[in-house]
Amino acid sequence: MSDEPPLLEIENLCISYFTRAGEIPAVVDFSMTLHAGESIGLVGESGCGKSTVAMAIMQYMGHNGGIVGGSIRFKGRDLASYSAKELRRLRGSEVAMIYQEPMAALNPSLTLGSQLIEVPMTHEGLRRSEAYSRAVEMLSDVRLSDPERVMAAYPHQISGGQQQRVVIAMALLGKPSLLLLDEPTTALDVTVEAGIVNLIADISKKFGTAQIYISHNLGLILSTCERVCVMYSGEAIEEGRIVDLFERPLHPYTQGLFGCIPLPSCDKNARPLTPIRGQLPLPHERPRGCYFGPRCDYFRDGLCNRELIPMSPSDQSGHRVRCLRWQEVPGETPERVVVARERIQVGEEVLRATGLQKYYPIHDRSLAALISGKGVRYVKANETLDFGACVRETVAIVGESGCGKSTFAKVLMGLETATDGELHFAGDEISRSPVRKRSPQQLGSLQMVFQNPNETLNPSHTIGAQIGRVIKKFGVESDPGKIQQRVLELLDTVKLPRDFYKRRPRQLSGGQKQRVGIARAFAGNPKMVVADEPISALDVSVAAAVTELLMDIQREHGTTLLFISHDLSVVRYLADRIVVMYLGQIMERGTTEQVFAPPYHPYTEALLSAVPIADPNVKKREIVLEGNIPSALNPPKGCPFATRCPRKIGDICDNEMPPRKSDHPRHVIACHIPLEDLIKVEPVFRTVAGEAAE
Amino acid sequence: MTDIGETATPAPSAPSPGAAFGRAIRSFALLRESGAGMVGVGLIALWVFVALFAPLVAPFDPNATLQPFAKPGTVYAQGGTFWLGTDHIGRDILSRIIWGSRAVLFYAPLATASAYLVGILMGLAAGYFRGKMDEFLSFIANVILSFPVLVLYILVIATIGASGINIVIAITFASAPGIMRIVRGLVLDLRNRDYVAAAQTRGESSWYIMLVEILPNARGPLIVDACLRLGYVIITIGVLGFLGLGLPPPDPDWGGMINETRSMALAFPHMTIFPCIAISSLILGFNMLADGLREIAIRD
Repeated sequence: MSDEPPLLEIENLCISYFTRAGEIPAVVDFSMTLHAGESIGLVGESGCGKSTVAMAIMQYMGHNGGIVGGSIRFKGRDLASYSAKELRRLRGSEVAMIYQEPMAALNPSLTLGSQLIEVPMTHEGLRRSEAYSRAVEMLSDVRLSDPERVMAAYPHQISGGQQQRVVIAMALLGKPSLLLLDEPTTALDVTVEAGIVNLIADISKKFGTAQIYISHNLGLILSTCERVCVMYSGEAIEEGRIVDLFERPLHPYTQGLFGCIPLPSCDKNARPLTPIRGQLPLPHERPRGCYFGPRCDYFRDGLCNRELIPMSPSDQSGHRVRCLRWQEVPGETPERVVVARERIQVGEEVLRATGLQKYYPIHDRSLAALISGKGVRYVKANETLDFGACVRETVAIVGESGCGKSTFAKVLMGLETATDGELHFAGDEISRSPVRKRSPQQLGSLQMVFQNPNETLNPSHTIGAQIGRVIKKFGVESDPGKIQQRVLELLDTVKLPRDFYKRRPRQLSGGQKQRVGIARAFAGNPKMVVADEPISALDVSVAAAVTELLMDIQREHGTTLLFISHDLSVVRYLADRIVVMYLGQIMERGTTEQVFAPPYHPYTEALLSAVPIADPNVKKREIVLEGNIPSALNPPKGCPFATRCPRKIGDICDNEMPPRKSDHPRHVIACHIPLEDLIKVEPVFRTVAGEAAE
Repeated sequence: MTDIGETATPAPSAPSPGAAFGRAIRSFALLRESGAGMVGVGLIALWVFVALFAPLVAPFDPNATLQPFAKPGTVYAQGGTFWLGTDHIGRDILSRIIWGSRAVLFYAPLATASAYLVGILMGLAAGYFRGKMDEFLSFIANVILSFPVLVLYILVIATIGASGINIVIAITFASAPGIMRIVRGLVLDLRNRDYVAAAQTRGESSWYIMLVEILPNARGPLIVDACLRLGYVIITIGVLGFLGLGLPPPDPDWGGMINETRSMALAFPHMTIFPCIAISSLILGFNMLADGLREIAIRD
């Protein structure tokens, strides 16, 4: 540790919110020291108080929040002693913050230029022309290719990734000594995220700015920070250098978190995820002693639940942990009773898409459009999709937002009808039969699990009524007593207590709602379940439990699962086969092993490289994509990926549709590059040390 | 997860009237925290009580001509007191206000409910089906809304005649388009929820989705709006009475009372002022109740 005074010292910070229901202690005991130029990651699940800490550093807690204990010292001075005027100067010029939603941080009715030059003009009193050149310089520093154009643009004219770069530039223009980043890439696509993360990792080196990086994603913390602090239920529970903490997590909760992440070493059959049982306690229902106690496998009555547990150092490197039994807790991820599953036997084909196409017409009724004869244009959401799925198989469709994966789900479910091509499901042609025209049997055999836990259930009806309706509708049972019995059995299956029957959705947590959503999807004994990003809105530990549940039920029912996701690490974990989509087209498809090993499609390669992996032993090649996804209204004439492809071989990519090549009957790559060359590509992942499989 | 009761088999039933009543009680408990809301409830409860027990509360026959131009507090020779005085033909104003509350409290909620029924159905259809249906219904709504409201009332009542039921029809005609717009906006948002897609993928009919899946979730803003609108409807009934388009005489009608005595308002202010106070207190009650409900809705 250096000798100069730390930039930021937080000591025993306690923050409470005061509501009608009384005082809610959001942060209970939080200490942290940050030196100039250092970057520290703050990890934890939602509701653990990490954003509250950031708000406290900004001294911006709303009218009902307040610091009730402890202190925050910035450059040696207590922030509580700052006057409102001094705080105004502090924010923006000394401490800057970057939020999750770049669109919400930018004023939509001002040009980006005028918002950017405001910063140096206000804080340093620069003249407009000087401020302008500073802003342009900063925009090129955040790697925006055409700063002059960006200066003149309005926020909606640039993409989400570019917006976040502008927000970062704006924060850095005030030359802050501390930068707070609150989930800065959560709203972005993976390949865009990779670029931003790269940029953030360089900021400290280039500008000497200290950073606090808040995230729920351990993989991102690993690639951006030097130290990490894990929070749980308002407390810091473990803190240390990245390498120490990732290689030797001491607190049972930290270990539990690692057990929930689908690391490359996991395997759904041999080494499944180990979810943490129970759920985060509510702030006013925290247990005595260790807050993690009720969920901990190493809990000891009379020791762990006696009194508040202090942070204690474990060694000289500054690795500290809030656990009384850390020395007894094995340093490795606990090998619980690992229930190895048997490999499934795939049955006959149940779904087959042949040349499936979905265009959305856009009617332009302007005079100019009428004259030029371009009155109708098409959003090409799906273009010649060819793939199949077999009984009991899990097929994943991966791709970034706008790649057409959800459109395919809609066509499959009958919420939309296809423009061209065929879609066979269980022997019926369904590509052009909307929901209204499908038989109850067809409807029942194809059900869906939705993405947003807060929207998947109707807030006005009880859980029992909502599941019961499905059973009645699909004619599984008709007698009210039997329906109720069946609902209760389904609640057992998704591991929810039976008294949830009478509850309403708002009394449930996100993970519980998602479980009900799964119960509802399986209520009609479906042949196939489509899961559209079912876990992307859930916390890590909850997501792991829901993932496992989904796979268990699928296995039990012998259902085919079509899993739609943008998250390759989850997909790698649970899918048997993967379809990689880009701009409405399939770029590559094959078994999970085939897709994750060369030959890759260049897009798959970039996608793999962009996945944050929370394992310091896995090294990956950095491939950062330039540019944005082209509009589906006007896709490139040739290969859709040609505009961003780092391996583009020439004009042929721009002008001709790539041919489909396969090195194996079920592995197809659509690319102009000869297969022999693609095979020679080095794998994206490389295990440096340790025992990680593959 | 909490432990799973394998043996416990509760007997959940379909939402019974009892459960609905329980929820109403809980909402009321929330409302008690809002000062404005409670004042509103008090005012409305007072008028409902007065209307229900009019024969017991009213000191005189509302249509009996007793003693013209009596000032408030005058003692009547044959017993009793004119607490609020009498009008130009000698009818007791307090009794007339008390009996008049019956008409207002009967027709105002009826008209509001009727307007809501039409407005909700139109709004559901426009917001859910969109496209041509929406264009058609929105066009009708815009045409009706482009008329000044008063002109509409006069037109409708003049065509079909003045009576209680025709007031309901006129108010429905004039307010349904506004309600339709609110409902349409709410439905356009709610129809994109995943639970609506879930209902669609299990083959529910359009009207089932609109009435069972969508409408209950729009109730919050609609209840608040209904309270405010009830206040406007009371004003409207008063205005119609004032214009002579209200309930046919001689039955007491607050708006009519103001109209009949307005020429004497300067000399005998009590004749007009007390019916005015009656109208405004009831409207105030509904508006304050709406404020209270809005507080609850925001917090939920």
